[in-house]
Amino acid sequence: MSASAIAANDSGTLGRIHTGELDTTHGAVLYLEDISVSFDGFKALNKLSLSIDVGELRCVIGPNGAGKTTMMDVITGRTRPDEGSAYFGQTIDLTRMTEAEIAHAGIGRKFQKPTIFENHSAFENLELAMKADKRVRRALFARLSGAERERIAETLRLIRLLDAAGRAAGLLSHGQKQWLEIGMLLMQEPRLLLLDEPVAGMSDDETERTAELFLSLAGKHSLVVVEHDMAFIAKIARQVTVLHEGSVLAEGPMAEVQADPRVIEVYLGR
Amino acid sequence: MSTVRRLYGPKGWIALGLAAVLIAVLPFMMSSYWVTLAGKIMCYAIVAIAMDLVWGYCGILSLGHGLFFALGGYAMGMYLMRQIGREGQYQSDLPDFMVFLDWRELPWQWWMSDQFWWAMLLVVAVPGLLAFAFGYAAFRSRVKGVYFSIITQALTFAAMLLFFRNATGFGGNNGFTDFKRILGFSVAAPETRMALFMITGAALLGTLLLARWIVTSKLGRVLAAIRDAETRAAFCGYNTVHYKVAVFTLSAVLSGIAGALYVPQVGIINPSEMSPANSIEIAIWVALGGRGTLIGPVIGAGAVNGAKSFFTQAFPEYWLFFLGAIFILATLFLPQGIAGLARKLRKAGTA
Repeated sequence: MSASAIAANDSGTLGRIHTGELDTTHGAVLYLEDISVSFDGFKALNKLSLSIDVGELRCVIGPNGAGKTTMMDVITGRTRPDEGSAYFGQTIDLTRMTEAEIAHAGIGRKFQKPTIFENHSAFENLELAMKADKRVRRALFARLSGAERERIAETLRLIRLLDAAGRAAGLLSHGQKQWLEIGMLLMQEPRLLLLDEPVAGMSDDETERTAELFLSLAGKHSLVVVEHDMAFIAKIARQVTVLHEGSVLAEGPMAEVQADPRVIEVYLGR
Repeated sequence: MSTVRRLYGPKGWIALGLAAVLIAVLPFMMSSYWVTLAGKIMCYAIVAIAMDLVWGYCGILSLGHGLFFALGGYAMGMYLMRQIGREGQYQSDLPDFMVFLDWRELPWQWWMSDQFWWAMLLVVAVPGLLAFAFGYAAFRSRVKGVYFSIITQALTFAAMLLFFRNATGFGGNNGFTDFKRILGFSVAAPETRMALFMITGAALLGTLLLARWIVTSKLGRVLAAIRDAETRAAFCGYNTVHYKVAVFTLSAVLSGIAGALYVPQVGIINPSEMSPANSIEIAIWVALGGRGTLIGPVIGAGAVNGAKSFFTQAFPEYWLFFLGAIFILATLFLPQGIAGLARKLRKAGTA
């Protein structure tokens, strides 16, 4: 792993830093420009440029190793790019921030494999994710207000886990874990949601409901969905971006992208 | 290792009340030998709770907690050495070992060491600052798991070598001993021993309540979240470095306080307290008692040290074999420790 891939978790500032308000006056919530990342000589991202509009639901597809997860790592501060810039709105430079600061600024991320707190109840998972002052001292004295409990209950209802609120999250089904993680992202009140293979391992019924949920979230939030399940993509896609070997191969409406001979070649092999 | 929300139920408060009564009454009914032994074990129990906070609740296995304990002990020991006054072998104002080394005046480390309040400040500040600086450097560089455990072993080993040197100014390999008085009271007097026992008992109950308060608060849930899925905790907006440094520092401070209570009761502190094996033993208490339960480590510290007192008198040569066997058996058959076993039995009883 190159040194740049190991981002410092702490920039030396104590507590929360104020990164300023998200400025989306030009209509875009995320700009990536000429981002390059290499691991031991392998170019995971190669001059990747991408822009996401406010309220947009963008699907990102591409074969294995195309750089989809690395792109999310760059946006969330887990990997530092060797070159290029990443801006959240007009003013917030993501390449200089820690993971926690980026989360506070309003970017939530769902991992490929559901990562939730397995020993905590579903309720507690949402409590921990909820937007709040997350400094150590505040955590010791934090008490849930009635409004906060109501918000948690509301989210539990949305992700259909109200009946399982007190159950340890580790005991939930795979699909329920995926939903819980999405619920945790929503509790953070993010402006931008990054969702890495959100329907992997879900039943058809659950996949269907997830598609409905995402469509209802678009507009209020901006969403970037990385997924292999083309049927799912077809259901929710408006704009699709195809990544290949670390850069954008094609971009446009689903039908257009699917008909693109370069895309067909990449997916079917030469 | 699920999470709990309430400080204590009625039964818990009754048990704590009973413990407080016992701590106040028992010293009047026990011989001096037992008062000292029980007092010593309560000091160990405080360290065990401190260890459980970092290991059981935050997943950080420190194998250097013996160092923080010893530093608290040394801070108290300096004061006790100054309390000897001119009653040492050489009837000097300086501690005996300094006269022996032909030193003419107190080195800088001993500044204010005759002041009790200063000693108390050092008891918390030295382990606390060391843990803060070391923890910040290690956690910021994302040192975790077994690597963290190894460097904490190296830290306590390095400190032991440093304290073995006469030039360090803390009595070299003999450390401090032959204490006479604490705050003017004779350390050998039964009344002083009883008072130290009661203070240690109060400190143990206080530590238990503080730890319980932390683990039942949102802070405790965040610590457990970091233990189980650190990346997710960071993406939820928690600065995990700050949380880990905070709990590690608090744990070191509690260990330092335990060390300071230990030294006047056992009457000696020397660098062997910093030996890597001592720190590993602390982890064994917690593992045997039950990680992530608070009461478990108290039981573990009591059980292992009770057995140690018995074995080192009855069959001194077999103690280490016995300790090793406890650790292996606990790992194999009691993954949740004694507290986990008790919970299982209680469940089986009600089912």
